[in-house]
Order: sequence, then structure tokens, then C-alpha cells
Amino acid sequence: MPFLFDESSSPSFRSRNQNCLLLHLFCCSRPMKILVAVKRVVDYAVKIRVKPDKTGVETQNVKMSMNPFCEIALEEALRIKEAGFAKEVIAVSIGPSQCVDTLRTGLAMGADRGIHVETNSIFLPLTIAKILKSLADVENPGLIFLGKQAIDDDCNQTGQMVAALLGWPQATFASKVVLDKDKNVATVDREVDGGLETLNVDLPAVITTDLRLNQPRYASLPNIMKAKSKPIKKMTVQDLKVDIKSDIEILEVTEPPKRKSGVMVSSVDELIDKLKNEAHVV
Amino acid sequence: MMMQKLRRSGEFIRFGCKSLISSRPNKDSVSRSVSGFVNHYKSKGKLFELSDGNYKTELHHPCISRNVGMLLQQYKCFGSSAASLIQRNPLFSSLDSKDVSYFKEILGEKNVVEDKERLETANTDWMHKYKGSSKLMLLPKNTQEVSQILEYCDSRRLAVVPQGGNTGLVGGSVPVFDEVIVNVGLMNKILSFDEVSGVLVCEAGCILENLATFLDTKGFIMPLDLGAKGSCHIGGNVSTNAGGLRLIRYGSLHGTVLGLEAVTANGNVLDMLGTLRKDNTGYDLKHLFIGSEGSLGIVTKVSILTQPKLSSVNLAFIACKDYLSCQKLLVEAKRNLGEILSAFEFLDNNSMDLVLNHLDGVRNPVSSSENFYILIETTGSDETNDREKLEAFLLKSLEKGLVSDGVIAQDINQASSFWRIREGITEALQKAGAVYKYDLSLPVEEIYNIVNDLRGRLGDLANVMGYGHLGDGNLHLNISAAEYNDKLLGLIEPYVYEWTSKHRGSISAEHGLGVMKANEIFYSKSPETVALMASIKKLLDPKGILNPYKVLPHSLFSN
Repeated sequence: MPFLFDESSSPSFRSRNQNCLLLHLFCCSRPMKILVAVKRVVDYAVKIRVKPDKTGVETQNVKMSMNPFCEIALEEALRIKEAGFAKEVIAVSIGPSQCVDTLRTGLAMGADRGIHVETNSIFLPLTIAKILKSLADVENPGLIFLGKQAIDDDCNQTGQMVAALLGWPQATFASKVVLDKDKNVATVDREVDGGLETLNVDLPAVITTDLRLNQPRYASLPNIMKAKSKPIKKMTVQDLKVDIKSDIEILEVTEPPKRKSGVMVSSVDELIDKLKNEAHVV
Repeated sequence: MMMQKLRRSGEFIRFGCKSLISSRPNKDSVSRSVSGFVNHYKSKGKLFELSDGNYKTELHHPCISRNVGMLLQQYKCFGSSAASLIQRNPLFSSLDSKDVSYFKEILGEKNVVEDKERLETANTDWMHKYKGSSKLMLLPKNTQEVSQILEYCDSRRLAVVPQGGNTGLVGGSVPVFDEVIVNVGLMNKILSFDEVSGVLVCEAGCILENLATFLDTKGFIMPLDLGAKGSCHIGGNVSTNAGGLRLIRYGSLHGTVLGLEAVTANGNVLDMLGTLRKDNTGYDLKHLFIGSEGSLGIVTKVSILTQPKLSSVNLAFIACKDYLSCQKLLVEAKRNLGEILSAFEFLDNNSMDLVLNHLDGVRNPVSSSENFYILIETTGSDETNDREKLEAFLLKSLEKGLVSDGVIAQDINQASSFWRIREGITEALQKAGAVYKYDLSLPVEEIYNIVNDLRGRLGDLANVMGYGHLGDGNLHLNISAAEYNDKLLGLIEPYVYEWTSKHRGSISAEHGLGVMKANEIFYSKSPETVALMASIKKLLDPKGILNPYKVLPHSLFSN
């Protein structure tokens, strides 16, 4: 931090940099916390159906699981902790009471504690991002991990919004994460359309995870046993003082139009006729 | 649902055999059944006499491994107990042009198949182990046509092979000689479904997977599930009393089939198509047809009780130190998981190693290598409740020392990777070289003893693997070697059958007898019982035209 020793800088500038130095020392001396957001979604292998009233996808009596990208995010956080770079991994889930199951899965994988923000409303990414920001203000993590998108809405927005609200750097679609504790920097390989992009991001930062980052571990019985004694803190949206009013309203959810079945033709002439007059390709 | 789709029953494999072997049944050492019958199988053009006076039997034909993408085609001759030779019954008539015209009259030109290519497929069984030489395949569209066909064949004394999806593993669905093939594939309508009682009535040619898809839209499932579901017909399932993966939960077809309609050898239509759960009026004859493998009549309609589809499915992969723990775990599971237990499978260390070595993208879910692995699946209606129950049961077992380690699948993806290991054993066996397969029912405490005994007996000659439906007492015993050889076969058979017989087990738990084990029935059934079976057969099919040379020892009918 070269500015620190520049005597010509203005007092406010100097004090801000002194604060930065203090913060830097603060971060280095205090072991890091990692916050991981996990979402409970319809299991990816289930064939989804749209509700008859077109308000959404059928979720009654349907198998629900942790979003696969969130699993990868949690796995990465656990690996960072096991490598000694973090002292605590906190799993957060926002949703109805059954989210506790998802958090228990996270704890069984190895997270240290869980936070459940209970609500029965469906929140869109901006609201979730605001909630995560409030939690980050309270917990002060060094890293926030999220899956790149949820498989039920495919929004791919929450991670980016959290970073913007917090004013933190973001590295999305991570396929490799390497931490440098001394420099407090994460080197992240991102999967982009053109190939791989490598970024250095200063911590604290937001990282969203992509498929090839890691292969999540299974929840083993000894870990499931340990998870039973790990705490899950219940909170409400009011506790976090978040404005949940949404600017977006979902009007309708419909299935894609069904493919028309093929037509058997009885002769070449009929085929030509159809290609000419119906399909208009000849 | 996806999980069920991805499962395969241990023995309904899709892979052909790859090794090359020539088997020379020594005239002196033809295998004999316990009662001393020796039968001779002389198929036209398949017996080659060698210069030293012995016969080389080419019993099998190009095997194609679907997994290898139809590229590998090798001839394979199996040194098996089908070194027994069968003779064509001279009393059966041969097909002539008048017969063909008659069939064309009643069925229409399109549904009388004489085309060589289509006959080639119909004549060959799914494993490419057995091949007949039928010249005619008939495709009836309804029960009336089936009745007309059989009435005519009975009067003309033409032998008939009822055929469904042709996915059987004991050669029961293909002709041995030139029997006329009657394939019910066109009879594939769903006749009715009662959403209150769950009773499904359909024609015998309905493919199991299609029925499952139909039921899925209504929120129900079929009471049976097996790997061949994409091709097998419900009529064939009923005729062979197919087992599968849900047997431990829903029972066998003897319990779930409420009624059926069958046509006997003389064309008589037996309407036993009840849809009632309880009906104690007279002798329940449908049970004769269930499992008779098409030898007593052709099933044309089936009425089956289906089950509501439950949403909460959990799967655990457990490691146990010894077989005794596996047994105790089974007892505890039945007691503690009770109504939600839906599958209990086991595999041993050799099977796990085989799978890890030969299949891609497979990893041992448990961190340490153990002697036995168990798959426990629960299906219920309350996810949280079931999860807690399973976890509590497993943690208690861990504390008691029954279980040394284990994992619980967190989503369907993980669950299917666990099932991949259990189901991949068959695939891995095919890749490993030659394999001798046995499907045995034994008392649970004896199941692994046969594996150990056989290991001791074979020593370094081969790798013996045991896996299967522990919950049903069904062992799939597989012996893997680099190549087939008679010495090895001689050490295995009839030792395995005799061992099974000594412990009052069954030499064929799920697959049936077909032509492969027709002479081995005496290892599991007493002569008096078999004699009564023969009487029933003679009563229902006096001329013996339905699926001859199969199920019961041929010698009982030759005169």
C-alpha cells in the first residue's frame, strides 16, 4: 500500500488509507468466515410440470434437493476451510420451513452452522441479494460463495447483485479458485463463452461457482451424526430490516409449445406436395 | 421416478458376450440331471463332427455388446450344461403352404411374417445365446385371432412359441427348431384404468415402460420394475412371473395380478380377467399361468393392481465388515424401516473392485474399502419423516457396529450414481471376459457360503463374485475368468446346482427354466411334484404344442 507513506496526501485520504491498513491487518489476524448461500429447488432429475393455474411449477409431492451449483459452492468453501484459509463455513437458506432439510444436508457435508431466513413468499434475486447483504453486514465473511444460478429459475443474478450491493469484487462462473492468504487475493478461473478468463479479486469478494469447479462430497454417516449438534439460527426478513417489495411480478408460467407429431405420407408425390405447399421449403 | 428408470435388475443385462470358445461335449461326459435323464440337442446344421469323433457344438451366434456400440462382433460358444442335446419331436407337423394361406386369411397379409430378416431377430434370444429356425411369425391383433391360430395349430399339430418382448435369459422365448412364433406385440392397448382402486387392465403386448409412463401421468406406478422394461411385455412378465427390484416392497406377480385372460392350446379362451382384490370362488387358476412360461397357454389380457407413486425416495450406501453384519442389518432394516423399505441389495468386495476397474466415472461412495456393500432404499410419502427414520436407523447401526461406514444420497443424481455401481456389475462382468452366471434363491444365512465354497474350490482359476437382492434371498452368483474353458465349467456345474439343492434353494430364482434349465428342475423340485406338473401340462395341452422342449424335462413327454 504505497499511499500510506506519501506525506503529501490530504488528511482525509491518509486517514482512509490508515483505515484500509487497519482493515487489512484486521482481516489477516482474524481467521476468515465463508458464507455460502444454498437454495432448495426441485431435484434436477425430476420431470417438472406446470401447475394448472399457470402460476408456477408444481412443487407439491415432488422431490426437492439442494441446487447442484450451491452444492458445488459449499464443497469449495469446505475445501478452503480444510486447507486452513478459513475458520468457519456458514450455510444460509431463504425460504419455507423445509429449507431446514437443505441446511442439514449442508451441515452434514461439513458446514459449521446454518442460518435459515424463514419466509413463505417466493423471493426474486434482488430481494435475496438484499437479505444476503444484511447477513454479510452482520457476519463479516471474507468470501461469499453462491451457485452461478438456480436450476428452477435460471436467473444467474443473485451473486452479481450481492457483490454490487456490498461494493465487493465478483468472480462468476468459477471453474478454479486459488487463495493467496498473504496478499488476501483470490485467483479465479472463469468459464466464459470465449474460453477461460483468469481474474485476481481482492478479498472480501463474491464468487459464483460453475459445474467444473469440483465434485461435491457425499454426506457420510459420521458427518450426519455430527451435524445433529450443529446450530441452525432462525431469522425473519423483519429481523434483517430488508425491504422485500418486488418490482417484478410473475404474470404467467407456461410450458413450451408441444412438438407436433410427425405425419406419415403414403407416396413421394404426397411428400413433394407437402414440402411445397405446407412446409414451403421446396 | 427417474431413479426407478435408471435402475436395472441385476440379471436383465443388455450386453452380449465377447469371448471366443469352442465347446466339445464329450459323448461320455454329457451332463445328467439328478434323475439321470440325458437329452440330446441336435439342431439342423449346427453340429459339426470333428475328426476325432467328438462333436463341436456351435450353440451361439454373433453376440453384440450394445455398450460397445455394435462394433464388436464375435462368435461365442458357451461351454454350458446345454451340452445336453434335444431332438425335434417327430410327432410335430411341418409347416406347409396351406397353413400359411390359412393364417394369411385370418390375420391378413401384413401380419404373417415370412421375411428372413425379421425372422432372424425373432428366432434369436436377447443374449444371442439361443437361436431357432422358425419359418413363420404370426402377429395377432386380438384374442379372437390368437384363439383361431391355436385352434388351427392344435388340429394340425404345429408347435408354437408364444413371444413377447423376447428379453428372457433362459431361451424360453425363441423356437428351438421350427416352431411357429406367435408374437403378441400388436395387442398393445390399455383397456381401462380405475383411479380409485388403481387397477389397470391392458392387453398382453403392452410394453412395461409404456405402462409405467401412462401410470405416471395418473400418479401411480407399476408394482414391478426391471432393466428390460423398455422392451418387455406385461404378458411376458406375467407368464414368467418376473421378479425385479420392487419385489421386496410390493410382492411378486402372483400377488399383484388380479386376473388374466389366456388362450389354451386348443384355442379355448379362458376369461379369468377379474379386477377384484378378493374373489374366493373356486380354484384360482390364473396362478397356473403366471410363471408357466407360455407352456400352458398364451396370456392375452392382464389385470394388475398398481400402487400410488410416492414422492420421498431415499438411498443409502453402506459398508459392512462381514456377511453376518449384512444379515443382521437386513433384519434390523425390516424392523426399523418397515413400511418404507423398498430395496435391499448387496454386493461384495470383488464386485466393487470389478466395477471400479472396468467402468468410467464411477467412484466408491464410501471412503474406505470394505468386504461388503449394501444399498438400502426407502420410499414413502413424507420426506422429512423418512429421512429422519433412515438416518436414525443408520446411526444406531453405526453405533452397534453393524455398519462400518456409509453415505446417504442427497439428491437423485447421487442416488443414481450409487445404483450405477450395483447395476454396473453385469456390464463390468461382460468387459472382464468370460462369465458364468447363476441366479439362485437360498436361505439368507447361506447365501454367502456358496460364494466362499466356490472360491475355495476354484482357487486361482477364476474370480467369484456374489451380489443380488439380499432382501429377497436371491443371489446372483457370477464366475469371471479370462476365457471359457470346460475344466472350469466342470468344477462349477453341477456343484452349484447340487449345493443349492442340498440347502433346499432354487436353481432359478427369477429367470425361469426356459430351455436352459429344463432338465435341472429336479434340483429344486421333487419327482412327484414334477410328475404332477407334467399331468397338468398334458391336461391343458395334450398334443404338447405350446412352447415345447422347455420348462419341464423333455423326457417326460417323449413317447
